[in-house]
Amino acid sequence: MDFWTTPGGWTLITLGEIVLVMVGVLISLAFLLLADRKIWAGVQMRKGPNVVGPFGLLQSFADFFKFMLKEVIIPAGADRTTFLLAPLITFTLAFIGWAVVPFAPGWVVSNINVGILYLLAVSGLGVYGIIIGGWASNSKYPFLGALRSAAQMVSYEVSIGFVIITVVLLAGSMNLSAIVEHQAGWIWNWHAFRFPTLVIMLPMMGIFFFSALAETNRPPFDLTEAESELVAGFQVEYSSTPYLLFMIGEYCNIVLMCAMLSILFLGGWNPGVPVGFMASWPPALASLLLFVVFALKIVFWFFMFAMVKAIVPRYRYDQLMRLGWKVFLPTSLFAVALVAAWKVFGTA
Amino acid sequence: MTAFLLQYLPILIFLGVAAALGVVFILAAWVLAPKHPDPEKISAYECGFNAFEDARMKFDVRFYLVSILFIIFDLEAAFLFPWATSLMHMPHGVAVFAFWSMMAFLFVLAVGFVYEWKKGALEWE
Repeated sequence: MDFWTTPGGWTLITLGEIVLVMVGVLISLAFLLLADRKIWAGVQMRKGPNVVGPFGLLQSFADFFKFMLKEVIIPAGADRTTFLLAPLITFTLAFIGWAVVPFAPGWVVSNINVGILYLLAVSGLGVYGIIIGGWASNSKYPFLGALRSAAQMVSYEVSIGFVIITVVLLAGSMNLSAIVEHQAGWIWNWHAFRFPTLVIMLPMMGIFFFSALAETNRPPFDLTEAESELVAGFQVEYSSTPYLLFMIGEYCNIVLMCAMLSILFLGGWNPGVPVGFMASWPPALASLLLFVVFALKIVFWFFMFAMVKAIVPRYRYDQLMRLGWKVFLPTSLFAVALVAAWKVFGTA
Repeated sequence: MTAFLLQYLPILIFLGVAAALGVVFILAAWVLAPKHPDPEKISAYECGFNAFEDARMKFDVRFYLVSILFIIFDLEAAFLFPWATSLMHMPHGVAVFAFWSMMAFLFVLAVGFVYEWKKGALEWE
């Protein structure tokens, strides 16, 4: 046992945790991607991918190998280094956010006390991958797509920031585990449902959800890759694994947003009933059960993302900007003031 | 201090592992996939004709304006974070003072926001 407390052992444990998280996220992404396509197909009364493996379950893996075997095309006018750097940035940033996500009590790679600020910072940096990719391609569609995407992402990040502040005000901490523990117990302790702040927090959850759609360039806000206008936005010139990195990064960000929605509003790993009855269980089993609860919440939010993609028509760009700056921003700013007032004067 | 910084070491390692995996993906395609570039294949994508001007062209100033607005409001958000965290850990009297201080600040910000709105900085048509 002594070895595990030495720096070498600590590094091994940390590396193991990181590899576990990354592999877990990657494998979940493979199936969530399939689920996305299946849900989309289901809404349109198609069958969706159903050839590779039973029910098409291995479709994403087949796609992965197909990407691997495709030629990496770097356009003649492109800046080679930055062209390849951009997908790498998107991919890396999408993954490092998971370092602070608490999957179950104690199941977190790095339990830093500014976890939520870190997530906001990482999602803010995500815009670099897109704008660098669009610029480095030296082609018109990617350039326009990257500009649109950058403006859209920064617009919605502002309201995401204010929504997060309302949650921080309620929980009194920026540590993600502390935010989850603050919602322990019955389902009406979750931030989304806790009385009287529910009046504010339910709309805040909606704002966060729609901002997350815009932030990850998902339909109905997928103006960066609006097929009928910009072909595929900043990704037009990308092929093979550089494109794959963009795609994995995009979906990884979506799932990270689903995890944030679950943690901030739906109690993270809390199942909605007091977990006192688990006290006599082996800790690993209890943690595993709570992890499943958390995973189910992520899947629920991902289902919502997929349904929105399937059902809602695309926004126009001026409507998108109006919604972000003239509706979400004032509303969330006002909500910050209201929640703070309630915290200071309502609970005294 | 060292123990505090050590909390962030896993994030650094995570960054390294994630970046390494990304590089491996790119290199794998480089090694496994065929490479037959020809002038048509590597020319920039256009709607069927040759590109006739540089792609890095002038763009609308409103994109720049949005970025400036973003900097203002994101700084506000960053400024609000420590306040939001500590608000409930203060004695009531101090918390009331902290609340009204921040409301005064947000009022100034709101006035600026209304000015922007009236000036049409948020219009996109």
